[in-house]
Amino acid sequence: MADLTTNFAGIRSPNPFWLASAPPTNCGEQIMRAFDAGWGGAVWKTIGEPIVNVSSRYSSVDWAGQRMMGFNNIELISDRPIEVNLREIEEVKKLYPRHAVIASLMVESKREAWHEIVKRAEGAGADGLELNFGCPHGMSERGMGSAVGQVPEYAQMITEWVKEAAHTPVLVKLTPNITDIRTVARAAKRAGADGLSAINTINSITAIDLDSFEPRPNVDGKSSHGGYCGPAVKPIALNMVQQVNCDTQDGPPLPMSGIGGVGTWQDAVEFMLLGCGTVQVCTAAMHFGYRIVEDMIDGLANWMDEKGFATLDEFRGLSLPRVTEWQHLNLNYKIVAQINEALCIGCELCHIACWDGAHQCIHLDRVEGPVDGHVEVHAKPRMYGAETIAVTRIPKLDPAKPHTGPYKTSLERIPRVDETECVGCNLCSLVCPVDQCITMVERPTGLPPQTWAERSRAAECAPPEPALKR
Amino acid sequence: MLNASGTNKLEEKFPDLHPAFDSRQAMVEAHRCLNCFDAPCMGACPTHIDVPRFIKKISSGNVTGSARAILEANVLGASCSRVCPVEVLCEGACVMHGRGEKAIEIGRLQRFAMESYYDGGGTIPLRNRAEQRQRIACIGAGPASLACAAELRQQGFGVTIFDRRALPGGLNTYGVAEYKLRPSDSLREVEMVRGLGVSFVEQEIDAAALDAMERDFDAVFLGVGLGEMNRLKVEGATKRVVDALKFIASYKTGSITRAPARVVVVGAGNTAIDAACAAKRLGAETSTIVYRRRQEHMSAFAFEYEHALHEGVGFLWETAPAAVREIDGVVELGCVKVTTGPDGGLRELPDSRFTIECDLVIPAIGQSPLLELVEQVRGVTIDRGHVLIDRATGQTSNPRYFAGGDCVNGGREVVDAVADGKRAAMGIAAMLGERTEARIG
Repeated sequence: MADLTTNFAGIRSPNPFWLASAPPTNCGEQIMRAFDAGWGGAVWKTIGEPIVNVSSRYSSVDWAGQRMMGFNNIELISDRPIEVNLREIEEVKKLYPRHAVIASLMVESKREAWHEIVKRAEGAGADGLELNFGCPHGMSERGMGSAVGQVPEYAQMITEWVKEAAHTPVLVKLTPNITDIRTVARAAKRAGADGLSAINTINSITAIDLDSFEPRPNVDGKSSHGGYCGPAVKPIALNMVQQVNCDTQDGPPLPMSGIGGVGTWQDAVEFMLLGCGTVQVCTAAMHFGYRIVEDMIDGLANWMDEKGFATLDEFRGLSLPRVTEWQHLNLNYKIVAQINEALCIGCELCHIACWDGAHQCIHLDRVEGPVDGHVEVHAKPRMYGAETIAVTRIPKLDPAKPHTGPYKTSLERIPRVDETECVGCNLCSLVCPVDQCITMVERPTGLPPQTWAERSRAAECAPPEPALKR
Repeated sequence: MLNASGTNKLEEKFPDLHPAFDSRQAMVEAHRCLNCFDAPCMGACPTHIDVPRFIKKISSGNVTGSARAILEANVLGASCSRVCPVEVLCEGACVMHGRGEKAIEIGRLQRFAMESYYDGGGTIPLRNRAEQRQRIACIGAGPASLACAAELRQQGFGVTIFDRRALPGGLNTYGVAEYKLRPSDSLREVEMVRGLGVSFVEQEIDAAALDAMERDFDAVFLGVGLGEMNRLKVEGATKRVVDALKFIASYKTGSITRAPARVVVVGAGNTAIDAACAAKRLGAETSTIVYRRRQEHMSAFAFEYEHALHEGVGFLWETAPAAVREIDGVVELGCVKVTTGPDGGLRELPDSRFTIECDLVIPAIGQSPLLELVEQVRGVTIDRGHVLIDRATGQTSNPRYFAGGDCVNGGREVVDAVADGKRAAMGIAAMLGERTEARIG
């Protein structure tokens, strides 16, 4: 059985699933219930001078009938007194000594204020500290949160202050609302941080009410940009995490706690394959409750058993070497779309996607028997008129429409790929609603691998091309 | 039989067979639609409604646009959404079957769009068109004529619909099982067509009326449907033999509110199923369909047969009625067992006579052509009881006469009549346009 125990920058937890600093970690009672449900750690809702929140705080983006593809909030840090939060940290740690409790901190940009909060949090028994340099709304207007996280010098300075006082591991939480997330990661490195967490939420306006013209979430007729998270942001998070985890400037990469759209064990594995030691979860727990962690643990352990990984370290970062710059991709690798006629249901979505959205190589020109060579037929939607009369078929009176071809779908509705024109873009296989019906298969070019970088270097060495004759 | 609340309302006995979607259900179902290119459902619909287009409009919250997209193709989109045998039409063609999934519920989505639109005060959008001088008469106020009239009005022609019945709508008003379509729904649609500027006249059409029509109108559309239902050809007679369409019209118009205890329906078409199921819902203890062939020969759709079984209708296969009489208030239907030979012919089994005791016999063995009317039209060719037309234009052998619907196809679905009517309207418009051009030229 796979061992899920985690040592992240010196913070130990029974598994790599932590709750992110957010409403699910607002108080001790919640966090204890979360630990009972199986969560390995929790980053306490950011502790600082209590704030006043607005009423109406969350908004979401639904997609294709599903709720909360993306989620945003305009809630600030904890609205509870510092001493209450610290007292509850102490209670939780007493009852759950094996679980990780990380205090997320944010105070005004004064050295004494940071020294003070660090001492108090560690005194309460926190296993580590997470510096909230990411909160994109409200706090940033007061010179905190992302106002710090967007300026590497500020981030470095405050991290240094914290490190002066801290005895437990210090994590810096990065904001994605910046041109190059690596600049702040490097600042944290220079300041001696023990680890990073990324990404915080993304600036967003989720929706406008088309009747009232008010943005959501609506606070008395107005709204403000909020922090975007949930399944929609995962690809952005994975990219940023990869960038940071590959960056060796100012020292080797720091341990990374991955955040952004994690809702399943597969999501978690993806973050870990890109080098994360733990993952932090919020939106999925807000959507379905703490219970989701059961399958995250179970699924991860089963996957590790299947793959033969005994510990998390054995697969952490395995995909990092496979992410490279575009210029290092092999230009002589060729794949083409292949349609499995036996699985095709005749929706023709691949055809129209290819014609209108890609490279016009999927045709609707099948006839009985093989089609030889290059046939260009741009099918348009059938024009219905007097010549295309259809009637309600009465079995006794009307013969069934003849079915052509050997497949369950009539041959004229099964599209055909012209491989000479197919660029292997994947679009058809992405729109196809049937699993494994369209697959991308390699067509060896017979050429040795060559990247753009290699090709352009070769061109530099080659003699100049003769000028074009007029 | 009175129900628990003590009332005896028709709608309580005939609740919707397929309940309406609420907006959330419609949204979920609309999102299932794959939005096929050149969708097979569109091809399967006789009126070629652009199904993916109207479904995607539901999913985008544009119900108004959805209903108008339906109406563009089929002016009776509301009733068709309720009465169409979608299993053999759009939903039967759905590609979801190939994926081993339930077809998109196109009929219920269409109903959602149409009813939301009409309930919200929507009407058939008027096309921009110039008023034309010519006038067209439509005989019969059923779906074929309504569709024909609506299209002609949209093209600017003057249209008058003549029907001998008090209420327009034809079988949509008088003949569809109540759990599928109520007269009020049919009449709402009629009002929509009237709103386009179509006139309705209640009048029996005879030779003199036809002469007047030829004088007053530039073209005539025959949407007369079929005639009386075929009589049961058996020995004897009793007043307790009522044909299926009369029976259905009687309960729909409220002239009967309950069925007697034991009902026998003769025939196994869709109308027979409607009558047998209605009898059960109107309180019959037993409702039995008697059919001279076997299950695989019946002309009712398979899902209609399943529905009848579900309603508790009994079936007696390979049974032919031979005689009927009434003794002391009890109807005795004398029957024989028959078998279908290899040549398709029926053979009576010896010594197989038996008697079914019942209280009402409902023959549902097809409608006869309405020959007495159409035969009076000069130059219109009748072929085996059907008016002969050019399929593409609906034109009969008398160029001023066009036809569509049951009188042409022998009795099919509402949607087939709508398609016929619209095609004929375009045929009429083309003919009249050519004539105008010729005159100007």
